[in-house]
Amino acid sequence: MEKNVALIALFAALIAALGLIPKITLAFGVPITAQSLGVMLCGTILGSKRGALAVLLFLLLVAIGLPLLSGGRGGLGLFVSPTAGFLVGWPIAAFVTGLIVEKWRSAPLAVVGSIASIIGGILVMYVFGVIGMSITLEKPLLEATGLVTAFIPGDVLKAFIAGMLTAALAKARPASVLSRSEPADAV
Amino acid sequence: MISLTSPVRTIAHGWPAGTKLLGLCVATALLFAIESLLVQGLVFTFVSLLYALPGKAFLVAGMRQLKLLLPFVLIVGLWHLWTNEYELGASIVLRILSAVGLANLVTMTTRLSDMVDVVAKITKPLRWLGLNSRVLELAIALVIRLTPVLVERGGQLTQAWKARSRHAPNWRIILPFTVLALDDADRVAEALRARGGFNNMEDI
Repeated sequence: MEKNVALIALFAALIAALGLIPKITLAFGVPITAQSLGVMLCGTILGSKRGALAVLLFLLLVAIGLPLLSGGRGGLGLFVSPTAGFLVGWPIAAFVTGLIVEKWRSAPLAVVGSIASIIGGILVMYVFGVIGMSITLEKPLLEATGLVTAFIPGDVLKAFIAGMLTAALAKARPASVLSRSEPADAV
Repeated sequence: MISLTSPVRTIAHGWPAGTKLLGLCVATALLFAIESLLVQGLVFTFVSLLYALPGKAFLVAGMRQLKLLLPFVLIVGLWHLWTNEYELGASIVLRILSAVGLANLVTMTTRLSDMVDVVAKITKPLRWLGLNSRVLELAIALVIRLTPVLVERGGQLTQAWKARSRHAPNWRIILPFTVLALDDADRVAEALRARGGFNNMEDI
């Protein structure tokens, strides 16, 4: 129990710390931040439930007014802004990513981690994000999707990084990759 | 760290946080239900007035936080200029500004400790389901304490990298960073257990 709480709190802090890493600008001028990489890592390392809880804890801190989102953003305003859908999608993205890594054990972890991050951290997250934008901006879903497509290449890059990092972590600290540990020592 | 709270004390600081949050929920729901440009305009004027009342320092701090809406205001504005739906465009832009503006007002005028109290209060019923809401409060405190620790770790790793390489640190630095975080989690868990763990939390 103590271990789970410590891990969840530490990964929430990790997402916050990754938000402070300066933005990398891709070749075609789109900035990417490491924060959504943190969400993917929560899923691939902590697994579905703990990963989603870590992201929820992070969002709770943002909501109560800590400037932890990249660029020093925070507060309740973000949850009604056009990008609110992405925040709603974050915990679900971590959950789906974690679930795929937990269930799919037949392929190498780097491959599974990358694909899980693409499905959870990109597909699921963008579905929520696009719906949120379409509601707040009163635009059809297709147009709302058009507004965010520029960010997808950066996110695909992050998904591959998440997969590689997870595989490397499984070598460095095998016991810590909870998404792959046996059900007996889970929770 | 950049503070999201108001630089000056306002009357709203004294209002109960729970009431402010409830009011915000109702106001936001109404804003998204109303289509009329006139009402949206009136609400926007009212919100602007609320920002202007506590003085210039408050207004400047508030505006700075609304800046992140600028790209969306531009996109929606240009879009509706192009489609000739001026009224619809104006009401969407005004609604986004009012909704985010109101929510930011609550954040600006509510202390973190008051917010944590609200969280504690609304999660208390979870105890009937066997979930200890004190654990959540502890987790909140842990994240607030651990974030600067991790940021410092990241700084140390960056320095270590720079001392050994001519290239700027890249994504590879996240691996030792995460390993350190996992080791920290082990130590925090041990420390919590050494202090009696969560079984004694009710007595604290």
